[in-house]
Amino acid sequence: MHITIDEEKCCAAGQCVLAAPEVFDQRDDDGIVVLLDADPPEAQYAAARDAAAVCPAAAIMVRE
Amino acid sequence: MSAPAAVVIAGASAAGLSTAETLRRQGFDGRITLIGEEGLPPYDRPPLSKEILSGSWPDERVWLRDDAALSGLALDLRLGVRAETVDTGARAVRLSDGSLVSYDELVIATGVRPRRLPGTGDAAGVHVLRTLEDATTLRTALAGSPRLVIVGAGFLGAEVASVARQAGADVTLVSDIEAPLSDVLGPQLGELLVGVHKDHGVKVVTGTRVEEILVSGGRAHGVRLAGGPVIEADAVLVAIGSVPNVEWLAGSGIEVGNGVLCDEYCQAGPGVWAAGDVANWPHPGLGERIRIEHRTNAAEQGMAVARNILAGDARAPFAPVPYIWSDQYDLKIQIYGLPRGADTFAVTEGSLADRKLVALYGKDAHVRAAVGINMVRPVRAARALVATPTPWTAATAVKEGVAP
Repeated sequence: MHITIDEEKCCAAGQCVLAAPEVFDQRDDDGIVVLLDADPPEAQYAAARDAAAVCPAAAIMVRE
Repeated sequence: MSAPAAVVIAGASAAGLSTAETLRRQGFDGRITLIGEEGLPPYDRPPLSKEILSGSWPDERVWLRDDAALSGLALDLRLGVRAETVDTGARAVRLSDGSLVSYDELVIATGVRPRRLPGTGDAAGVHVLRTLEDATTLRTALAGSPRLVIVGAGFLGAEVASVARQAGADVTLVSDIEAPLSDVLGPQLGELLVGVHKDHGVKVVTGTRVEEILVSGGRAHGVRLAGGPVIEADAVLVAIGSVPNVEWLAGSGIEVGNGVLCDEYCQAGPGVWAAGDVANWPHPGLGERIRIEHRTNAAEQGMAVARNILAGDARAPFAPVPYIWSDQYDLKIQIYGLPRGADTFAVTEGSLADRKLVALYGKDAHVRAAVGINMVRPVRAARALVATPTPWTAATAVKEGVAP
């Protein structure tokens, strides 16, 4: 699995951090997504897919 | 219960797409028919009143998925046609091109449409904002720095006011309630936001109904307020809420009221489900029926419906913590839960004066909602107080102990 993010689309909802806190974080000042692990271990796949699915800005792309 | 062979999803926006994607992710390999009236691939609506209206994004940025991702879903994609009727006995949907599509499971994700002022049909210069076409039409109007009257001061009206002022338009926001946004956010934050708009040069008219849009020669030139005053305008945006698209279900036996009436699993009858703006369901945690017209719910409810379709008897009630956001000027407003109906309010971090804060809303002595203005991470932390309704005294005491 490889994850990419689009910072410009990100709306700082933080739903990704709630879904997959080991893969995503948010910047302190404006809440824009921070990708902690672009190639997460298999144990994180389901959470990462959920994060991409719930992102209300469609800013997370997951390729498998 | 055996797995379905065919799922038909009426509505190809965020909720419909989320349903389709989740079905595939869960391993469903039957037919998925996705029906979209607009003739465009699934696209995102929140940017329409923000980046698309301001022109800071090219229009293509609103596509929710690229061609490769969309074709990877192997959908029976029907764009540019509308679901016209449904026969729940025969389990088939009739489309506007005359074709008949059978289903084992039907997902109603037909969304909402803007409410309009009566008698203002197709006059030039009268705008609503729901579709990409609406947004680009209004953007064109804004390019001429017009006098813009916005009827309705909800989030949509307020976001357009923000973009329009920054585009140099002369903006008047007219609301029929005394304190705009206070019905959603309470008087304190409602007042704060009205102040922000006034500081940016928006004229705010409150407690006043628009009686009529004035039209001559097929073009709007202003509005007449209750009691007679006229505000001259080059463009009028009507942003007075939405109407669920349920008329096509008439006679189907599917129960509709304020939206499609579902149970807590988002099911509206045998083989019939609803997701997104159109779905009305009893939220188990809140103990009341709600219908949410917001982007995050559309995705989450689409996921929930897909999972329940495939779950058989193991289906789960849909009990999300609603999340809503709005961008106005340099403010990011984020809401967890439903502030509407709260009886207690407290700013727990930051301050109203700084226009940077976290506020809690309580009802029945428990936290019901948390709202942040430009405090992204702190309000996400406060979400936990809403997810498991925390006793009000405990939540505010802890916060006061932390915040100096």
